[in-house]
Amino acid sequence: MSLDSPTFGCTDSPVRRERGQKAVFCGLTSIVWLHRKMQDAFFLVVGSRTCAHLLQAAAGVMIFAEPRFGTAVLEEQDLAGLADAHKELDREVAKLLERRPDIRQLFLVGSCPSEVLKLDLDRAAERLSGLHAPHVRVYSYTGSGLDTTFTQGEDTCLAAMVPTLDATDAAELVVVGALPDVVEDQCLSLLTQLGVGPVRMLPARRSDIEPAVGPNTRFILAQPFLGETSGALERRGAKRISAPFPFGEEGTTLWLRAVADAYGVSAEKFEAVTAAPRARAKKAIAAHLETLSGKSLFMFPDSQLEIPLARFLARECGMKTTEIATPFLHKAIMAPDLALLPSNTALTEGQDLEAQLDRHEAINPDLTVCGLGLANPLEAKGHATKWAIELVFTPVHFYEQAGDLAGLFSRPLRRRALLNGGAA
Amino acid sequence: MKLTLWTYEGPPHVGAMRVATAMKDLQLVLHGPQGDTYADLLFTMIERRNARPPVSFSTFEASHMGTDTAILLKDALAAAHARYKPQAMAVALTCTAELLQDDPNGISRALNLPIPVVPLELPSYSRKENYGADETFRALVRALAVPMERTPEVTCNLLGATALGFRHRDDVAEVTKLLATMGIKVNVCAPLGASPDDLRKLGQAHFNVLMYPETGESAARHLERACKQPFTKVVPIGVGATRDFLAEVSQITGLPVVTDESTLRQPWWSASVDSTYLTGKRVFIFGDGTHVIAAARIAAKEIGFEVVGMGCYNREMARPLRTAAAEYGLEALVTDDYLEVEKAIEAAAPELILGTQMERNIAKKLGLPCAVISAPVHVQDFPARYAPQMGFEGANVLFDTWVHPLVMGLEEHLLTMFREDFEFHDAAGASHHGGKAVAREETPVAPAETAPAATSDTPAAPSPVVDAQARGEIRWRPEAERELRKIPFFVRGKAKRNTELYAAHKGVCDISVETLYEAKAHYAR
Repeated sequence: MSLDSPTFGCTDSPVRRERGQKAVFCGLTSIVWLHRKMQDAFFLVVGSRTCAHLLQAAAGVMIFAEPRFGTAVLEEQDLAGLADAHKELDREVAKLLERRPDIRQLFLVGSCPSEVLKLDLDRAAERLSGLHAPHVRVYSYTGSGLDTTFTQGEDTCLAAMVPTLDATDAAELVVVGALPDVVEDQCLSLLTQLGVGPVRMLPARRSDIEPAVGPNTRFILAQPFLGETSGALERRGAKRISAPFPFGEEGTTLWLRAVADAYGVSAEKFEAVTAAPRARAKKAIAAHLETLSGKSLFMFPDSQLEIPLARFLARECGMKTTEIATPFLHKAIMAPDLALLPSNTALTEGQDLEAQLDRHEAINPDLTVCGLGLANPLEAKGHATKWAIELVFTPVHFYEQAGDLAGLFSRPLRRRALLNGGAA
Repeated sequence: MKLTLWTYEGPPHVGAMRVATAMKDLQLVLHGPQGDTYADLLFTMIERRNARPPVSFSTFEASHMGTDTAILLKDALAAAHARYKPQAMAVALTCTAELLQDDPNGISRALNLPIPVVPLELPSYSRKENYGADETFRALVRALAVPMERTPEVTCNLLGATALGFRHRDDVAEVTKLLATMGIKVNVCAPLGASPDDLRKLGQAHFNVLMYPETGESAARHLERACKQPFTKVVPIGVGATRDFLAEVSQITGLPVVTDESTLRQPWWSASVDSTYLTGKRVFIFGDGTHVIAAARIAAKEIGFEVVGMGCYNREMARPLRTAAAEYGLEALVTDDYLEVEKAIEAAAPELILGTQMERNIAKKLGLPCAVISAPVHVQDFPARYAPQMGFEGANVLFDTWVHPLVMGLEEHLLTMFREDFEFHDAAGASHHGGKAVAREETPVAPAETAPAATSDTPAAPSPVVDAQARGEIRWRPEAERELRKIPFFVRGKAKRNTELYAAHKGVCDISVETLYEAKAHYAR
């Protein structure tokens, strides 16, 4: 065994906690994928022109369809008297629902300004639900940058839905987290082959197939940023199945095994169902090993996928973790992934951008994962980067995407090599 | 409260960022929550800038609300100064911070920094991005520029070019070249490329060239008052406007007009016979006021299109735009509501849209060709090649850009001749564009349709038609509608509209094939 072969386990590692300037999106950004996932939902941000501009910048102006999200932009007169703001909101919602009769769920999304103004959107949602029931159910949650970072917006959204889910005593499994349709189908197929079921998804593609929840419900998170949703489900009596997240061959196998164990699936059956896709995943990842193996990795805090992805890149792709930062570290949910992370990983929670950039410069890693604002400036300084938003916008979970996931990280390195006239 | 799906302009502090990012040795400090940093990516991704915008954020969270936020701003100002050692700083509130009680002016004064710190007033709930850029630039110029002795040779300042501007980089190069031909040097170009120390030297130029009224007019007006510098009113986009601009410069400076038109090709490209098919094409123009006014002149007078609609999203330009629209017999559309623009375009039935990235969405939805002439911008609006809008090269670029989306001349003729061809038809798209050709959709003839042979002058009187007439509606008979569909899409809108106008004029509410061809004869040219 060579001297530098890593040991694993970060469960008790110290965590650097930073506050300062952050180069991250706020929780509103998650609307960009949530509005595509939930096909009968509309997301109405109650906020400022900045909120509208952020969504447009994050979504790109390239979505040609009329989006199922919008911003009720607060204006000067709304700041004066808040009683009026509720009336205005009722009017805008009525207009919106009239134009979009296909909408069955409406999310009022709180923003920094609506929060500072103490605009009570919970009350507004209740009132509007009464007005538009039974055709439309109105929820409210916060995507404000004062409370949420990027993917946390999905967490606050799903957490807001949990109390309204129907009650049940059925022993169903709920997979929690918005997944691309193709990934969701693969996940359901694997679980069905294992004989686990019935399986429900939260969020569902349409409101009429939403899961019910009760004391016999078990759930497993498919995304690592869903702490609040997890807590809300537990308060409804559901029990969480703890597992590493399903990234890569190992992550997917451990995730499925946690479910299989909870449902008493035999080892033989598990082997029969997973052997072929495991082999495929390993083969697909192997294609990227030459590029990734031995390369050092630095992650700026962004999507909250950092810990499980670093685990995948270290254990399955042979990368060397340096600093791995995440906006918020939920130790209980991350425990299985932390236990598998190389023990010399430097963990950071939160961000103080300038100080972190200095550390990054000193470490000079082979590959840097960061947000869109930082990627080009770091590239121009000679660093290979992978911009993190692509990790959220691309199917990366489970076996059949394991190779694609490795590819997202190897491509910047291969590209640099190509442009520099050499092979990767 | 107003529901917004897409916005033409960002909030005013994004305008301030456009000014700061265009400049050197200036640091902007914004007081706002996490998430406001999203705006960095506009510059690093859309414009492919290779450095972070010179903008620091105080980044407050829910737990700081109350007393801590002011301390965060103070710390952010001190840290930005210590780290970047800029020649000057500007400080502004984003929309959330505007709702707090913190006083950036007092806080920055209390810090007693050895450099100017310019506080910006950017009302987030009533103003927008262009205002923010214009006001930021004005505040910086007001703080730094002073009256000075003029340079011995004739010089000017170029005002208004910012980061994330529509082709500003290349316009600056082109205008600099135009002026050099007349022997005029550029003293300072600002904000683009200028440092605060450069702004201190603005006063030594003989006059100002206001390139973009949207982002530079307040500064130009301030300099007119404070430094007695006249500024140009003509924006040199298009051949005619460029010549007018040079005449205006000559008038201001007393120098004779000297031009080099050896690379100007647009007039001949327009005059050459291949361009005949462009004659009278219906064009709808929407964008910022400056670009729309210039585009309408080029469209109508230099390319020979018919302007059938024009409008702008920035209310500040409403007055000059209305004046310009009146010249073409049009009512200007002044709105920042994307759905309203879509409605107006649909009603005008143009054959080409000249617009922004938003209008590209609309064009795609309506199946119309479109070229982008104005911000808001996307990554495609920052080409690697030299592609100015201003000056003589700009005129060349505009000709190419606007003609490219259209079906080519001879192809258009063939489509018109063989309307029933199942492979080569208008829905298949222009040959020089990508996209797979699709088979023509057959429109089945319903057997029950026994259209009365009445002409348009003697409309048969089945009761629905009478009802329609009573409501002032115009109806197309099925066979007339089929005939209309045989007309290629790029003129179908015009034919439909002309026929309906003709029918309304004649008091006919039931359009037959005859009405269609009578209208065609009536409008023949």
